[in-house]
Order: sequence, then structure tokens, then C-alpha cells
Amino acid sequence: MSKDKILAAIRKNKPTEVPLPEPPSFPGRESSPVEAFASMVEAGGGKAVRAAGPEELNTTIKRLFPKAEKVASPLPEVRPTIELDHLSSPAELETIDVAVIRGQLGVAENGAIWTTEEDCGHRVLPFITQHLVIVLNPGKIVDNMHQAYEHIQIDATGFGLFIAGPSKTADIEQSLVIGAQGARSMTVILKE
Amino acid sequence: MKEHAQKAAEFIRNESRADWHDEALWFVRAKRDKASHSIPEWEQLRELASRIKDNVLAGLDGYLEQFEANALRNGVHVHWAADAEDHNRIVYGILQKHGVERIVKSKSMLTEECRLNEYLIENGIEVVDTDLGERIIQLKEEPPSHIVMPAIHLKKEEVGELFHQKLHTEKGATGPQYLAEAARQHLRQKFLSAQAAITGVNFAIAETGGVVVCTNEGNADMGVHLAPVQIHCMGIEKILPKAEHLGVFTRLLARSATGQPITIYTSHYHRPREGGEMHIVIVDNGRTTQLGRADFRNSLKCIRCGACMNTCPIYRRSGGHSYGYTIPGPIGSILTPGIDLKKYSGLPFASTLCGSCSDVCPVKINIHEQLYRWRQIIAEQGHLPPAKRQSMKWAARVLARPVWYNLAGKMARWALKWLPRPLLYNRFNEWGKDRELPEPPKQSFKEWYPRKQA
Amino acid sequence: MKIGLFIPCYVDQFYPQVGIATLELLEKLGCQVEYPTGQTCCGQPMANTGCERDAKASYQHFVRLFHPYDYVVAPSGSCTYHVRKHYDIIEQTGEVQKVREKTLDLSEFLLDVLKVKALDSLFPHRVGLHQSCHGLRGLRLGTGSERVLEQQSKLHTLLRMAKGIELVELGRPDECCGFGGTFAINETAISVKMGKGRIADHESQGVEVITAGDMSCLMHLEGIIRRQKKKIKVKHIAEILNGTTI
Repeated sequence: MSKDKILAAIRKNKPTEVPLPEPPSFPGRESSPVEAFASMVEAGGGKAVRAAGPEELNTTIKRLFPKAEKVASPLPEVRPTIELDHLSSPAELETIDVAVIRGQLGVAENGAIWTTEEDCGHRVLPFITQHLVIVLNPGKIVDNMHQAYEHIQIDATGFGLFIAGPSKTADIEQSLVIGAQGARSMTVILKE
Repeated sequence: MKEHAQKAAEFIRNESRADWHDEALWFVRAKRDKASHSIPEWEQLRELASRIKDNVLAGLDGYLEQFEANALRNGVHVHWAADAEDHNRIVYGILQKHGVERIVKSKSMLTEECRLNEYLIENGIEVVDTDLGERIIQLKEEPPSHIVMPAIHLKKEEVGELFHQKLHTEKGATGPQYLAEAARQHLRQKFLSAQAAITGVNFAIAETGGVVVCTNEGNADMGVHLAPVQIHCMGIEKILPKAEHLGVFTRLLARSATGQPITIYTSHYHRPREGGEMHIVIVDNGRTTQLGRADFRNSLKCIRCGACMNTCPIYRRSGGHSYGYTIPGPIGSILTPGIDLKKYSGLPFASTLCGSCSDVCPVKINIHEQLYRWRQIIAEQGHLPPAKRQSMKWAARVLARPVWYNLAGKMARWALKWLPRPLLYNRFNEWGKDRELPEPPKQSFKEWYPRKQA
Repeated sequence: MKIGLFIPCYVDQFYPQVGIATLELLEKLGCQVEYPTGQTCCGQPMANTGCERDAKASYQHFVRLFHPYDYVVAPSGSCTYHVRKHYDIIEQTGEVQKVREKTLDLSEFLLDVLKVKALDSLFPHRVGLHQSCHGLRGLRLGTGSERVLEQQSKLHTLLRMAKGIELVELGRPDECCGFGGTFAINETAISVKMGKGRIADHESQGVEVITAGDMSCLMHLEGIIRRQKKKIKVKHIAEILNGTTI
């Protein structure tokens, strides 16, 4: 059995035990985490806008993507043009223009947003859509990744992730190209 | 294997290209500097990361068992592979069970190390690498030259020509935007038809039994969430004890790798999606042996950020292929001797021991000190070229005896002064190929000193 | 306080002026300096090539000669680093420990022991400082550009004491020159390529004189400069601090 072999080899070869350090809490330095968050989102190639209520949320989506034919969302306050339940096959999902999902938590130091499969409807949605919109409560922005991991439970669902912008690559001569294999754009709508 | 020095010399022969390569990587190093200098607690984070990994290595058996138990509880299939063969066989077995013919892969240095692609292709499976850089070199049938930017050695003209041939893009089109778009269209089709997806693993969390994968392109997730079967391959050293430790490592990884504050996607996989199947393959392949080498076990802390490559003045001017191993650069040069001391005995010498690698390393691996230690072992085990070994023996004799030393010095200065140029500068004089020898002074310091005292 | 002066082998043989400048500078500052004439080499060439066991005799010889002194001062970060860091493979007698502890690079001795605040030196030239790696990252004579710590540099501090000096900022402030001991002849192509890169950086800043704490880096750079018939000059930091003119 490979398992026993590996574990036995580790036991034979491992160094003497050393204590696990307790990471100290690193305080944030930003006077306004929301501002810092928004500017990090922009720096990462994303966009951050504000919406006052559900009505403004929908008009903002409409304004940002006037030509979008297929807007899909698991969020009750979003008026989709197509129901997610009707899109079962990957090929159908691939035709989505805009997906609107919920973000649970934002991180000021890097513009990342925590979201889970429960916020996405379908795990692949934030990636396969051409454009991604994340609705985030600005009251849910923390300073840094340490605080972020204190607030979330990574195994609360089967899949969760931080998203920090549109999909990108610099694999050809270090030239930045936005829109690699995932979404071509990411917009955060900050709404209480 | 051709020696690093020889391959490096070939690389530099095209000087403007070598300069371009150097600048491209220096640019990444500069971005890393900017990103890390924006975090005042940077050095504290490095220390923490290093100490967390110390703890992991000391308790690896327990953490792996804890990880497995939690992963099983999550409904994940866990496999253990003692070596590369074992690993490849396990992965192929999973694919066979599901009748898989087409798979997509996201970047994994482990599967490169195990040569999984070759194995699966030989067994009739279509393997598509989906990271753009990986796809480029896969189409070009080359190994990666960098662990984070696999195609950093290629120019856009070469990618354009390659894509023209393989993906039928316009002849002569070289715009990165255009080429990346062509790859996107091509890869989306592959994602939609893949029957299984394989990824590497950045971090595996013992307390939750989940794995974390970081990408910028979103290719890991496109693969994993579309294919019915997801397989994550990880080295035993990828373990972190708790979720909170991700706070430390996610702050360090992307900043060190590319100068980004975080990768675009940091995906945490814990359970298969409804109707899907999730596998984790835990691989040793020499790691437990390295764990037993007190001077070198530190190398297992590596989180594969590539910062040591970007900063290495030798890597930048010789390219990843000059190292002849999947993981090139400084970290490759301390990993390879542990795999095959004789074959890779040249690599620890492909360094000036400048120490920059150790100082950029986010987990504080003492890379340059390990290079120095490997050199000692290589010499002790008789893998130095004989001429080098002999010259060192002589140097040692001379330098331990003041009279011999004084005489040798005098002779050297005499030779420099009186010998005709062709006798000094010839094919035996490596120094003098592109450099002048020092101008001989009238007297040495030692000869001057007593006169001064008098 | 009795100081033993260690002059690295290649400095002794090829750059005696650097040894002379070091000695004169220390004496001007009121130090009682002795140069044990039996000295040879710290043993680094063998050790860096993997033959540290062959170098043990040199290590023993070094300790034998230098243990009676309160400090051992060398105009070389690299040799100093070697003694301090790598003399761990011989038996750690009291003498060995004392020598390892008390061997200092010239800049450390001037700033940390003598605590000099001013020097009598005039050097009205545009100067580029090459941060030799073993001094910078081995002895931590300065903050390397990789590290997120308060910026300090002993060599800069000392050079600023020379009147009229104009210290430039380089594009790559502390990249290796490519010397690396036997690396310079085992990997000639890269070694020279790295050296050319460093020289070009200094040239682009209009540097007249490249200085460094290690003559080995400068020997390598000078070799390239002379082959390419460039105008730029090299001077060890001890020469500038001692008031040598060009």
C-alpha cells in the first residue's frame, strides 16, 4: 500500500516537532476600507459601482450591459432575461452574456470577493459567463485576507472562491490580456 | 545531459534575445518588489509562512491522515501514489473507469514532474492543457521554461506562427489580444467536451479536507465545473494545517509570483458537485527522501511562486530549458541533485551564490546555502569534473603553505608581465575569452609591507 | 586594541594598492594594525567549488595566525562572510569561535567599532556603488532590494563621507556582477554577460568610477572594461575612503 509506505517514510524522516505559530492579527491601514476595496477592484481590471436599492441594481445592470441578451442570476432581486433552471447543458450556459451573483465578503487589500456555489446557482457560472456582476454589501468589506478567513468558513459549501477581477493572462510576452478563459469583465455593484 | 554552461552559452549567443528574456523577467521581479513593499509586515509574513511549513513538515504524517479523513467525509476519493508511475496509473485508472477519452488540465508542476501527459496520450487519451502558456508549449511540443509563465521564452511572433499552423489564426498576426482570443475560442470548445478535468493543488487544508487552486485565467474552474470527473493531484508537502493559514499564504503567493495582490481566482474545492465525482491524488515521488535530508528538507516548503527564477541573474540569462528539468532556476537546482546527483551535478554550480533567491523566497528557503551544501556533496561523491577536482587539490595545498603561496603569486605576476599575449590568452584561459587578466603590480602587498615597516 | 589586517590573496597579488589604502586608512584613524605576513587565503575558492574539506588546512592556518588579535579586518565582504559563515566545519575551539566572531569587513569595523562620523577624503567624481553580494546579503551590510525593511547601507554611509562625491542611483541597485569565484570560469558566457549588464547600468548613469566593497567583483568588471576599451574606472571603496585620487 502506497499510503502506508509514504506515512512510514515520513515518520522515519521527519524532523522533530516544532510548534505551530499563531498568526498575529494584522490590522488594516486604510481609513476607508470600502474606498480601498473599490480602487483595488479597478486596479485588478474590474469595475466598482454603487446602487441604492433593488431598482437601481437592475437599472445599473441594464445601463452597463445594454445589448446583453441573456442575463442570468440566482438572486431574487435581479430581473433575469433567462432563467438559470432552463440552462442545463454546458453548451447552453456558454451562451450567457451576463451573470449576476452575490458576493459575501470583500477584501480591501486586494479587491477580492468571497462567493460560494450557493451564491452562484451553478458552480461554473462566474467563469463561463461572458461578463460577471457581483453584488456585494459594502458593509461586508474587511481589511485583509487574515480577517477574511476569520469571517468565512471555507467548507460551508462544496465550492467557494475569491474572485478578484476579470479573467486575465499575460502568457504571451507578459502582455496583459483581459478575458482569458473565464469572464471578460467583472463589475462589483456595492449595494446595502 | 548537456551542461548548463554550454546551454547557457548557446542561449546568450543571440544577445538581443537574451537581453529581452532578462528584461521580461526583471519586469516581473520589479512588480514583485512593488507589491511586497506595499505590505509593511511582509518580512513577518515570510517568517510566519516559513514556520508554519516547519510545523507541517514535522507533523506531515498526522496532517495527511487528518486531511484524508476529512476529505473522505466530504465524499472525496483519496488516492496515495508512492512515485510518478503510481500516480499516472491511478489517474489513468480513474479515467478508464469512467470511459474518459478527452480531458482538460490546468497547470500542475507535479503532473509535469510525473510526465502524466505523455503517459495518458500513449494510452490514447486526448490531453489539453488549458492555461494559455501551457497550451502554447503543448502545441509547440516543448517543456515549460518557467513554473508560473511556461512560455516566457517565446516571442509573440513565434506564438503567432504556431497558432497560425495549429489553430488557423491569420498568417502574420501577432497581437497578444488577438492570439489570446483565438485560444479562448479554441479552449472553450475543449472545456465543453471534456469528460474529466485535472488540476494541480496550491494548498491542501488538513482541518477541512479541501484543496485550493489559484489561477488568473479561470481555466481550472472552467474544467472542473464542466467535466463530470474532477481530479486534483498534489505533492504531500502541499498541506496547511488550518484554513486561517491561507490568510498568510494567499497574501504571499501572487505578490511573489507576479506582483498581483492576489490571483484572480482562489478556488476552494471541498465536495464534488451534484452528480459529479471528485478525486485527490496524494503523491510522494521522492519527497519523503528529501524530508530525511536535514540540510535540504527546507526545499519542501516551496509554494512554486517562481520568484527565485525571476530574480536569478543566471536564470534570466540562460532560460529555463538550460536546466534540463521541469522545475528550473535556483529551486530546481536544489531539488534536482536529490533526484539524480550525477545527472544534475552541474546545476548547483549554475549560481554565483548571490543569495537573491533566498531573500525573495516567500517561505524563506535558504536556497543559496543549499546550493553551497550540494556542491560539497557533489565533490565528496566524486561528481566534479576531474580537472576541477585536481586544481582544487593543488590550490588547497598551495594556499595552506605561505611559502608556496608567495612563490605561486610571484610566478603568476611574472607570467602576466612577461609572457607574450598568445601564451596567456588561448583556449585554456576561460577568464581571458572576453576579459583581460589583471595588470600585474610591481610588487604584492606582502612584498611592500616590510619595506613600509622599515 | 590590536587589529590583524587580512588582505585577501588576489588583492595581495594583484591589487596591493587596496591593501595599502586599507592599512593607511586604519592607521590614520588611530588604529594599531599588524599584518601577519604568513597569511594566504581564507579558503573560499576551494569551498565554493565544493571542496571545503580540502580548505580545512587554510581555515586552520587562518585561525592560527589571527586568533591573537582583538579584531581581524579585511577589505572584503566576501572573505569575511566566508570566515564567519563557513568556518563551522572545523572544530569550534575558543580560538576558532573568537576569530569567526571578530573578523569584520572594513565597513563594519569603521562604522560599528570605530563609529567614524567623518573621513578626510575628497573624491569629486560621479560614483556608482556595486553592492557585492556576500557583503550585502551575507553580512547584511545593507538592505537588499528584495527585503521589506528599513533601507540602510554601510557602504553608502561611508561613501557619503567623501567630499564632493556624487553617488548615482542604479537601475538595478544590487544585481550580481557575475563573478562568483570559479563560476567566472565555469560559466564564462553568463558571467561576462552579467558583468556587461552591470557596467551598462553604471554607464547609463554617467558613472566615472565603479566602486565596491569587494575587489573580486571589480577585477571581473575591470577585465571586461579593459577588453572593451571603455573609459569607466574601478576603485575599491577603501581607496576612495583613504582619499586616493584618480
